[in-house]
Amino acid sequence: MRCTKCKGTAQVEVRRHHTAFCGPHFLEWFEAQVDRAVRRERMFTPQDRVLVAVSGGKDSLVLWDVLLRLGYQATGLHLNLGIGGYSQESQEKCEAFARDRGAELLVVDIPAEYGVGVEGLAQLTGRVACSACGLSKRYLFNRVAVDRGFDVVATAHNLDDEAAVLLGNLIAGNVDALVRQTPVLESTHPGLARKVKPLYRIAERETAAYAVLRGIDYVLDECPNSAGARSLLLKEALNLLERDAPGTKQSLYWNFLEKVRPLLRTASEPVALRSCVHCGQPTTAEVCAFCRMTERVARKLQSRVAVSAARREPVAASSGGGGGPA
Amino acid sequence: MKVRIRHQRREVQVEGVRTVGELLDRLQLNPETVLVVRGTELLTRDARVADEDEIEIRPVVSGG
Ligand code: SF4
Ligand SMILES: [Zn+2]
Ligand SMILES: [Zn+2]
Repeated sequence: MRCTKCKGTAQVEVRRHHTAFCGPHFLEWFEAQVDRAVRRERMFTPQDRVLVAVSGGKDSLVLWDVLLRLGYQATGLHLNLGIGGYSQESQEKCEAFARDRGAELLVVDIPAEYGVGVEGLAQLTGRVACSACGLSKRYLFNRVAVDRGFDVVATAHNLDDEAAVLLGNLIAGNVDALVRQTPVLESTHPGLARKVKPLYRIAERETAAYAVLRGIDYVLDECPNSAGARSLLLKEALNLLERDAPGTKQSLYWNFLEKVRPLLRTASEPVALRSCVHCGQPTTAEVCAFCRMTERVARKLQSRVAVSAARREPVAASSGGGGGPA
Repeated sequence: MKVRIRHQRREVQVEGVRTVGELLDRLQLNPETVLVVRGTELLTRDARVADEDEIEIRPVVSGG
C-alpha cells in the first residue's frame, strides 16, 4: 500500500476515507483532523486555558501531545484512582510524559483525599466500582477546572467510544443521555465547566497508531475493572460491522449528530441546577451525589477506626508497656 | 515468525503466511482492533511478512 500523499510505503490505512499514509503524512493528517475539529466546533482558542483529563492510556496522552504541538495551553489533570499497580503505573506514565515535555500536570490522589480508592468508595456505598469511579471523575474534573479558572475541560473520547456509547444509549432508549452526547457541552451553570471532545472524529485505531509513531509511552494494561465491560462488547460488535463495511462507526455517530440529535434537543427539558450546600458544585439535589458518597464513606471509615481502636485498647493494656503504639 | 500478542500476553510461532492480512486471519484477529508492528514500523494489511520477522500485535480497543 502506498501513501496517498507521497507514494512512499504506507504505514496506516484509513479505510473509512479510502486512504493510507506513510508515517510523517499520517501524523500530519491526524494533527490537522484534531485542529479542524477544535476550530469547526469552536471548542477553544490558543488564548484559552484547557484542562486535559489524562488517564495515562493512549487516547488521553495522544490528545495532550497533539494539543501541545498545535500550540494550545493544555494542562493535564490525572486522578489517581487507587486501583493498585494499575493506578501507580498510570500516574507514572502521565508524570513522565509531562516531564519530557515540560508540561504542567495536576494530580488528585483519591485515596489520599477521601481515605479509600474508587473501589473502596464503591464498596462502602453499595455501588459497582465503575459507578463510583465515573461519578468521581465527572465531579473532580469539573471541580478542578472551575476552582482553578480553566476555560474548558477536554476529554479524549474518540469516534469508537462515542459510537459505542451512542449504541448503548439507543438500546436503552436513554433520551437525556442522547441529548447530552455531543462534542461540545456548553456550561449551563457558573459552577459547570464547558466540556469538549477534540478526538470525536478520530478512530481508536488511529490514536493507537499515532501513539506508536510518536513513541508515546502509555499504559497498555487495562483497568482490572473493565474486564467484561459492556462498552467493550458494543465496541466489538461495531468493529465487526466496520471490518466488512468500513465507515459504519463514523456514519452512525456523525449522522446522529447531524440529523437525529437536533430533533431530540427540542424534546428534552433543561434540568434546573442549584449549588450543593456542602461543596457548591452544581447538582439537582440539595447535596450533590459526590458529597453524599464521600460523606457516607467518611462516616464508615470513622466508625471503623473507632471500632478497631476499641478492639486494640484491651490488648494494649494487657500487653503492659511492651512497646509504644505501632 | 515470532508474534507477540500484547493483550493476550502470549507469544506464538506462525509459519507460512505472506502478508499481514493472512497473519491476522490465521490468528483470527479483526484488523480493526489491532495494530501490527515490526520494529518501529506499522504494517498495513497488504504488507509482506517473512518467517524470520519478529512481529508485535497491539490492541487498540480500550474499555471501561
Ligand atoms: S474500568 Fe476502571 S477506570 Fe474505567 S470506570 Fe471502571 S473502575 Fe474506573
Ligand atoms: Zn507520505
Ligand atoms: Zn457537593
